[in-house]
Amino acid sequence: MRALDYLRPESPAAAVAALVSNPNAKYLGGGTNLVDHLKLGIVSPDELVDISRLPLDDIQEYDDGGGPGLRVGANVRNSDLAAHPVVRSSFPLVARALLSGASGQIRNQATTAGNLLQRTRCVYFQDATTPCNKRVPGSGCSAREGYGRYNAILGASDACVATHPSDLAVALAALDATVVLLGPDGERRLPLAELHRLPGDLPNLDTTLGRSELITGIEIPFSPVAALSTYRKVRDRASYAFALVSVAAAVHLEHGAVRDVRIAWGGVAHKPWRAERAERALVGQQLEPDVIGAAVEEELENAASGDENAYKVTLVRNTTVHTLLQLAEGHR
Amino acid sequence: MTAHRTRPLRVRSVGTALGRVDGTEKVTGRATYAADHADGVPGDVLHLWLVQSTIAKGRVVEVRPEHALSHPGVVDVIDHTSAPRLVDTENGELAILQDAAVGFRGQIIALVLAETAEAAREGAALVEVSYEAAAHEAELREDNATYRPDSVNPDLETDTFQGDVDAALREADVVVEQTYRTAYEHNNPLEPHATIAWWGEVDGRATLSMFDSTQGVHGVVASLVPMLGVEPDQIRVRAPYVGGGFGSKGEPHAHVMAAALAARTTNGRPVRLAVTRQQMFSLTGYRTATISRFRLGARSDGTLTAIAHDVLEQSSVVREFAEQTASPTRMMYAAPNRRTTHRLARLDVAVPSWMRAPGEMPGMFAHEVAMDELAVACGVDPIVLRERNEPDLDPETGKPFNNRRLLDCLHRGAERFGWDARPREARTQTDGDWWVGTGVAAATYPAMKTPGNLARVRSLEGGGYAVAIGCVDIGTGARTVLTQIAADALGVEADAVDLSIADTRLPSASVAGGSSGTSSWGSAIVAAAQLFRDDHGASPDPGVETTASAEDDPAAESHAFHSFGAVFAETRVHRWTGEIRVPRLLGVYSVGRVINPVTARSQFLGGLVMGLSAGLFEESYRDSRFGHVVTQDLASYHVASHADVLDVDAEWLEEADEIFTPMGSRGVGEIGIVGTAAAVANATYHATGIRRRSIPLTPDQFLDDPGT
Repeated sequence: MRALDYLRPESPAAAVAALVSNPNAKYLGGGTNLVDHLKLGIVSPDELVDISRLPLDDIQEYDDGGGPGLRVGANVRNSDLAAHPVVRSSFPLVARALLSGASGQIRNQATTAGNLLQRTRCVYFQDATTPCNKRVPGSGCSAREGYGRYNAILGASDACVATHPSDLAVALAALDATVVLLGPDGERRLPLAELHRLPGDLPNLDTTLGRSELITGIEIPFSPVAALSTYRKVRDRASYAFALVSVAAAVHLEHGAVRDVRIAWGGVAHKPWRAERAERALVGQQLEPDVIGAAVEEELENAASGDENAYKVTLVRNTTVHTLLQLAEGHR
Repeated sequence: MTAHRTRPLRVRSVGTALGRVDGTEKVTGRATYAADHADGVPGDVLHLWLVQSTIAKGRVVEVRPEHALSHPGVVDVIDHTSAPRLVDTENGELAILQDAAVGFRGQIIALVLAETAEAAREGAALVEVSYEAAAHEAELREDNATYRPDSVNPDLETDTFQGDVDAALREADVVVEQTYRTAYEHNNPLEPHATIAWWGEVDGRATLSMFDSTQGVHGVVASLVPMLGVEPDQIRVRAPYVGGGFGSKGEPHAHVMAAALAARTTNGRPVRLAVTRQQMFSLTGYRTATISRFRLGARSDGTLTAIAHDVLEQSSVVREFAEQTASPTRMMYAAPNRRTTHRLARLDVAVPSWMRAPGEMPGMFAHEVAMDELAVACGVDPIVLRERNEPDLDPETGKPFNNRRLLDCLHRGAERFGWDARPREARTQTDGDWWVGTGVAAATYPAMKTPGNLARVRSLEGGGYAVAIGCVDIGTGARTVLTQIAADALGVEADAVDLSIADTRLPSASVAGGSSGTSSWGSAIVAAAQLFRDDHGASPDPGVETTASAEDDPAAESHAFHSFGAVFAETRVHRWTGEIRVPRLLGVYSVGRVINPVTARSQFLGGLVMGLSAGLFEESYRDSRFGHVVTQDLASYHVASHADVLDVDAEWLEEADEIFTPMGSRGVGEIGIVGTAAAVANATYHATGIRRRSIPLTPDQFLDDPGT
């Protein structure tokens, strides 16, 4: 057995201090991903800093200088967040994204921050006997020429073609959410869009977080566009699978024309992919299939794929078109 | 022991829904599965972990145990230089640690023993292995499946020919010529494989005792005896509760030998091995991928004149297993000109084995989609097409079928499913954004009995009877149905029967496989019970006993015994995303008499769900560069989830097949998976007009223009 120290800090600051003092320590949240990795032998911390009991489990409305929003503690369980009445009424895409993920049991265990920081399910990343640049930098990418069905089509690099697995992160990316961080130098706020990164030459880094930085919460601004929103996840089986592709979409129509629209994609990149070019192309337009399709094509201009994931280009286009058409019809 | 010619059973408990006799133990967690055993195991167990090769072919140069041995709790590291020698190494899968050769990635190359499972696992990670790797071949292709096996599983002809297929195809009005593919699949029973083993000594002879998660305790002994150089009475295997097998526990795999060898080195201390889910993807068997080239020739009305089925599939260089994929093609439909062949690629890969309905499952996928294509080509309803090709005699053997009721199944299913309302044309029905279609396929499975079964009946104080047979209940309900059979054979209530199973100390029993268990074991129990009554009468003294086997009915020689079924599926395919859902699935079966409607229904439904799962989800993706399956857990190897299983139902024809068994039954374990994927595939064609010929069918295969 590999011995581990286990620490249950009294406060977020104590948790951060623990990671500062031990470069081989890791935060433990719900544990639904990290514990698997410990068993698979793909990470080997010598200390687990259990943050799951820190009092970061409130859901509160706030209204400060930047406008009103909903603040969600890092430890709010996925099930509780999905069931929260304000989330259900003001951010339906968030509730739907959460409920499309994992299973009831796992959602009861998994935390909000942990969901955002879960790691790719690329089969090679999880198999310590194969090369993987994300797991062992410089060892090579097995997925690029291997099992490619889930590989990224946008923003991938020679070093890594993994996709980010979170559904919640995709919904939050569409809503311009902010991540609240506590580090050795105090608190800072980071747009969620800047939390995850593209792989480039450093696919071992999933995020832009400092090593000891702790997510203490997220802030989701209220916005008229979020009211008419949804999350559409496409996968082989009807439940309990990661996305082939997913679409988080929100639209605010005025006299039939798009005043504001948000589109974010999951399953296509190393991070939640906010489709900003498509959004810009749609503002002021009527939501017709050809119009949406053209906007999506623009976003997909730089898509690159192999034999096994080429379908994702068509699939994400079709799913986006269909999802926006449904929203336009008033479906959620 | 005597062989007894059985008389048909007078049924009273048989046919009723007796609750599972071990249900309480199971739902309260008191049933002890292989790795659970503490009682009856002498002393604290040592935990065993397997070290597996990370090359696909070559040899182990050196196993360095130092780091592992210095880890707290690790007791020993065993490799090919230190493992006990085997007397016989012909079974290449079981002959582990006898030399340095590596035949596939994932092969067992060392064993670690430790005081805890965690220490053993970490010890295994710390064992350093150096290799000399050789070039390997791990990909099945149409150009490398050229090896002709001497026979195919279980002992069938490799190829069969009748008439002149090529001439008939030239003269046919309609020809369907297509290639169908099925994926690699892993059995994935809920309970992973596990073994506890310890050696002892009785009267100066070594003894090996095991609790094993197996489908047949006597089969484990039979496999180990020649290799370990012991007599059968020196090995005892027990398997009181088993959490599923689907064929993967039908024969012992290498981990069982690993436990036996490791336990040989511990001075009698028991060794416990729990195989992980990931390890099951390289060590406990799987179904080969198959490539079926089908050629059907027919007259314009659909009457078949030629059936040709040429199969390409793979085996392992380590041990041969040739799936009998074309075997159902030999008996399914009438045609004067016929051909079936099997060719294998012999690859440097893990050893394939039995998986629920080996042969019939992939073979009938191909055959029944080809029949659907023929129906479309001829403009004939698929059920009418099958009516037109119903054989009078078994086309392969020329014998009469004992009870061939395929058409009854089709007609009953059509009535229940509302087949008459089905539009003839494909791609004509929608519901919102979903294309909607229906499909049908036939199912078949041979009725098999395995020789070598004995049962014992002994009268007890107080009027009860101890009935013993060494078979295993792998979760199917065998304990329950055998209790019912014994009760009727003795003419007593079920609660007067005290049944003992799953121990090699009990009379010999065959494997829970080939849908043959109930037929084989039940016939032996009926034989023993009837002979017991013949010898000891209705009021026997306590303690008298009879052991007997069932003698085959000579009438059985003159018939071909098969079960039949018809599967109906409704599928929906999303016109934007290609997602496939199956809102309705119905199977109607002719399987002889159903012994227990609850446990039998569970087998049918389970088979239907597993067939649906094969049709839409299951695929073991082997990365041929490395040589192993990389979708090696249940997050990446998808089986049907609850949300995928909607209205699934099964029913059966009321009948009794008393030539086959005294119970009138023929077996129910496998037929539910047969034809199901084809019914789903045929329904996706009917929904979309897009014909796909490879399973699993996935959304990306249906992403055409969504239309409007």
